[in-house]
Amino acid sequence: MSYPLTRDQHLELYYFMKLNRALDEQLVRLFRQNVVVGGLYSNLGQEATSVGTAYALEKRDWIAPMIRNVGGLLVKGFKPRDILMQYMARKDSPTMGKDGTSHFGDLKVRHVVSPISMLGDLVPVMTGVAIAGRYLGQNIVAMTWVGDGATSTGAFHEGLNFAATQRAALVLVVENNQWAYSTPVAKQVPLHNLADRAKAYGIASSIVDGNDVVAVYQTAKEAVDRCRAGNGPVLIEAKTMRMKGHAQHDPAEYVPKEMFEYWEARDPIARYEKYLTENNIWDAKSKAGLDARIDKELKEELEFAEKSPLPPPDLAEQGVYCEGCHTVEAEWKRSKKEVTPPQSSVKPEWEVADFGGFDLASTISSKAAAAAGNGGKSAASAPSGKSMRNSPEPKSNGQKASLQKPNERPEKSRIAEAERVPFGRGPKGKAGRK
Amino acid sequence: MAPVTMLEAIRQAIFEEMERDPSVVTIGEDIGVYGGAFKVTAGLLERFGWERVIDTPISETAIIGAAVGMSYQGLRPIAELQFIDFIACCFNQITNFVAKSHYRWGAPVPMVMRGPSGGGVHGGPFHSANPEMYFVHTPGLKVIYPSTAYDAKGLLKSAIRDNNPVLFFEHKFLYRRVKEELPSDDYTVPIGKAIVRREGRDLTIVTYAAMMHTSLEAADELAKEGIDVEVVDLRTLLPLDKETILHSVKKTNKLLIVHEDTRTGGIAGEIAAVACEGAFEDLDGPILRVTAKDSPVPFSPPLEERFLPNKNDILSTARELAAY
Repeated sequence: MSYPLTRDQHLELYYFMKLNRALDEQLVRLFRQNVVVGGLYSNLGQEATSVGTAYALEKRDWIAPMIRNVGGLLVKGFKPRDILMQYMARKDSPTMGKDGTSHFGDLKVRHVVSPISMLGDLVPVMTGVAIAGRYLGQNIVAMTWVGDGATSTGAFHEGLNFAATQRAALVLVVENNQWAYSTPVAKQVPLHNLADRAKAYGIASSIVDGNDVVAVYQTAKEAVDRCRAGNGPVLIEAKTMRMKGHAQHDPAEYVPKEMFEYWEARDPIARYEKYLTENNIWDAKSKAGLDARIDKELKEELEFAEKSPLPPPDLAEQGVYCEGCHTVEAEWKRSKKEVTPPQSSVKPEWEVADFGGFDLASTISSKAAAAAGNGGKSAASAPSGKSMRNSPEPKSNGQKASLQKPNERPEKSRIAEAERVPFGRGPKGKAGRK
Repeated sequence: MAPVTMLEAIRQAIFEEMERDPSVVTIGEDIGVYGGAFKVTAGLLERFGWERVIDTPISETAIIGAAVGMSYQGLRPIAELQFIDFIACCFNQITNFVAKSHYRWGAPVPMVMRGPSGGGVHGGPFHSANPEMYFVHTPGLKVIYPSTAYDAKGLLKSAIRDNNPVLFFEHKFLYRRVKEELPSDDYTVPIGKAIVRREGRDLTIVTYAAMMHTSLEAADELAKEGIDVEVVDLRTLLPLDKETILHSVKKTNKLLIVHEDTRTGGIAGEIAAVACEGAFEDLDGPILRVTAKDSPVPFSPPLEERFLPNKNDILSTARELAAY
């Protein structure tokens, strides 16, 4: 499948990536001026992954960014001032100085869930967002990002496994930036491709060059459409590189110099600029126009941020509890009657489609197996009556074990052939799945 | 109306709230087809269907995480932890994600986390815990621990309707041991309000959950000896009803705190501090406490009996305090 982009969309992708980078550079200057409070976490080199994935979403869809996904926040409608003021701990920041970095969100309008510093936790949370979206009839997709390091957490596993059993509309972008703080990916995961994780959950996956924004967008769009159609979660591995240390204090001396050089030659913005030129999508004038717009905008955003004071100390004690300050109201896009008795009532009985023996013939149908998870309309509306008592005894007389295929086959990768990557775990010849 | 058990009262609260509001959903392990390890959720699936009664893999972090996501969508999930001991598995989700959400970025988390807690049923070190204080020490959460069927139902309804995350501890020893007639109409019990279960003049016992009943039994015996005990049932541990505690202490001038939780770091220490800060001049004796021993909950009956506080412990400590 191909998802053609218009000229405006192409230019918008450039705008968001370049804004992401310009903001990053601005923050480094502010950090050096001691205006940034606390650590600064660079997005450098990962702009295509954040922007390209988020750009594949509709307005109604939900995201939960991690710390290097400022690009996703910009696509979702947050302003540079929001990120600036978060880092500067100002009163008018989205968290009013109660938290920093990209730790903020907006439930009602932009549908952005704030991350926490503990990695992997957004996977079950966004699964819940997706399940609730299905329940409410919203037809939404939930997207979140994890780094290579976060794939080692229990929350990642529990969340993705639960999402798979629920066939939740979750797009999980594994942003393989080769380093989790100072630890290389090979010390996180004994796999060449992190997308192979998907096999263990029986879900679809693909691998994409995370520094090619068009490829990222195309891959993400395919995943989003697939999720929206009710086919369950998709894991996308985006191969990219963290071009700075973990945070500004970290000179990343543990990264081989040649590795930085390798990835610098594949800088997502320089590559995209070349692509736009070679394909005659823009000219020098339109590039200059966009760059000038970004400069001007960022200058205004910074002026706004600098005018915002630090928060008043008494704010520290406020807002621990919701005491009528927020309304909690679900956005129903289906009739409540459908989920209210008597319409909601079911026969409380499992449909057991797989007896677990060695003989695959004991499986009634793989479709029923997929629906046998307790969630969703598919399970609720699946025909019942195929219970154990009607079925043959499972055979277990020492037959040779045969592996059952997962419910969903992995999607074909968009990268059929890619060059060998000398460091880290980049795509090599066999990265494309057949 | 026939009297109902605490377990049935809890079931009624969930049932009635789901009936009243389609944004209320339940999620947990074995809660649907099986009806829950203690059958608290029996009948829910049949009535409300697969989408509202969600059986999950054995993944406490996923249960709490997914419930958070649902609550961000405006739903009001009730997450069951099969035994409250397993709350340790999702500690991070609760203390870092759930509790800090509203404070950090103004995202309310209207969810209830409930489960069977407490000892006295020979459940051993992993099926008997009282882990309430981990969460009482976590700003952003509310913590409820009822002692009667009436309160369990009314407080659970309040918890479900609350816009904040609420931990709801259900003492499994009380599940089928306490019964009472409940009003037929919809009622709630306010969160954060203690109640005086027994009026008295000589000393105050502040307690909650199963120990509330043990304390009342002790108070009856002490009355025969001429010691008139006032029993305050906290019902909610966070926020703590300091007013009711202080009012009682100022009246009786003596304070004994009784809880089934272990001693060090138990809520008795907090209540003692509240009394010292707010009623020091009114105290006519040391603040004493009767608690479980500082050990894991042991399995074998004689060991568990030794571990748990009992009526005799209350009687002897109360006599000592009354005579001071």
